[in-house]
Amino acid sequence: MKLSRPARVLLGTFTLVVLGIIYVPLLVVLVNSFSTSTSLTWPPPGFTFEWWGRAFRNEGALDSLATSVQVGLAATAIALVLGTLISLALQRYEFFGRDTVSLLVILPIALPGIVTGIALNNAFRTIMGIPLSLFTVIVSHATFCIVTVFNNVIARLRRTGTTLEDASADLGAGVWTTFRLVTFPQLRSALFAGGLLAFALSFDEIIVTTFTAGSGVSTLPIWILNNLFRPNQAPVVNVIAVVLVVVSIVPIYIAQRIAGSEQTRR
Amino acid sequence: MSTELQERVPRIRDSPARRASVVLSRHARLRLGLLLTAPLFWLGLVYIAALAALLITALWTVDSFTGLISTTWTLDNIVEVVTGSLYQTVTLRTVAVAALVTVVDIVIALPIAFFMAKVASPRLQRALVIAVLMPLWASYLVKAYAWRSVLSNDGLWDWAGAPFGISSPGYGLTATVITLAYLWLPYVILPIYAGLERVPDSLLEASSDLGASTSRTLRTVVLPLLWPAIIAGSIFSFSLSLGDYITVNIVGGTNQLLGNLVYTNVGAANNLPLAASIALIPIVIMFVYLTAARRSGALNSL
Repeated sequence: MKLSRPARVLLGTFTLVVLGIIYVPLLVVLVNSFSTSTSLTWPPPGFTFEWWGRAFRNEGALDSLATSVQVGLAATAIALVLGTLISLALQRYEFFGRDTVSLLVILPIALPGIVTGIALNNAFRTIMGIPLSLFTVIVSHATFCIVTVFNNVIARLRRTGTTLEDASADLGAGVWTTFRLVTFPQLRSALFAGGLLAFALSFDEIIVTTFTAGSGVSTLPIWILNNLFRPNQAPVVNVIAVVLVVVSIVPIYIAQRIAGSEQTRR
Repeated sequence: MSTELQERVPRIRDSPARRASVVLSRHARLRLGLLLTAPLFWLGLVYIAALAALLITALWTVDSFTGLISTTWTLDNIVEVVTGSLYQTVTLRTVAVAALVTVVDIVIALPIAFFMAKVASPRLQRALVIAVLMPLWASYLVKAYAWRSVLSNDGLWDWAGAPFGISSPGYGLTATVITLAYLWLPYVILPIYAGLERVPDSLLEASSDLGASTSRTLRTVVLPLLWPAIIAGSIFSFSLSLGDYITVNIVGGTNQLLGNLVYTNVGAANNLPLAASIALIPIVIMFVYLTAARRSGALNSL
């Protein structure tokens, strides 16, 4: 198939225009973080660094950030273990109910967040009698994070096949040795990418979090939601958003470098 | 000679780990069982049990005096949700919004994903993936709020559109569709891009060598191969829109979607059984959707 030059240019222009539009709201956030006006008027009447100073002294925001990181790390750790186990089982074995299990993994994100949220809220409170806490948030987040690890790992397993592991077993390596020296190294970057996405998913989750966090638990999205409509706080929220986007460039860049170097090696 | 060889080969030490390894390597079923136990325990106990409990709760009621849940079985909530005009209207509105968001996202995502996967140089390709991924890290709430500020009176839209006489649609369903389509676009671009990457270039060349026009190649070679990826992307945008209530609160004006009804019944009204009954609507819709998607094989490329 040969695309004509005009078609290529048209596609490229479309892509650039849409990407431009994607970044406009983010730029609005950036500019508003320096605006002297706390309302949404455009263009901003003046510029100030006040909100940036306030954001870094805002204890509520910093505490919530710490909570979010804690939840994200714990949920990612659980998801890494469970996601790897389940992708090994589904890729390497044929068994009855295999399709059901693969549906089970994607269900927590395939169903709307509000369903997951209210189902878990109801199960914790009414059925199991567990009060909502940091623990319930971590359990809930881990449940829908499993799928990102699963997706990355199973894609890698499909690509690598089992020949190296068979060779390792033929040469006398036990199950553990083969996993440690053959399987795990092959999965490492897929685990990294899956874990990164799981962390991102957990970090930004708001709907399931509002339903499973107790009154004392505030993740960053909950803090943002509580402050979004509060006068004098919106600009601080803008500052935090800008910082998050800038900070996020690093992990995305690393993940892309890893994916890229593996593609060229293949 | 034989003793010399024996000395060179390290003797395998007998240890519990070694013995377990031997047992495991002999019994594939046992290996599978051990791999599946923990994840199935987690997903079954935490998730499937929770969904089942939700269904049960939907059959209970709330005592109007004490506000506590009374565990008498009744179909009242479900009947009310199925026959109540409020619920019918909101369900139709929610499905319409979710479908529109999904169509808009697919229409925008297809050309972008195609450009990324098949036209751009590897270097540009990597840059574009980063450019698409980065907004995913900006908070959902902040992006929705950014659209509120773009769409507001005297916002960026009115300011930029004034010379052309294009004014902002204001807060309402149009704003909701725009904002949701914006929020979920990366979730639709990425699976379609991944799907296109798997379509071998040689297939496209073969098609053109055999005399097919570009549009014919796209229609009869690319689209059938890409279909599962498109459906996979649509599951995200459709499901995420179906359950959203926060974006509607931020830019939707006075409109409500199913999520809002669930939320108010859990929070303000403290009627968990009714909320559970309402939540059954998106569950049923998504199960129909997933069953259809599964038949197309899309779930494997999710």
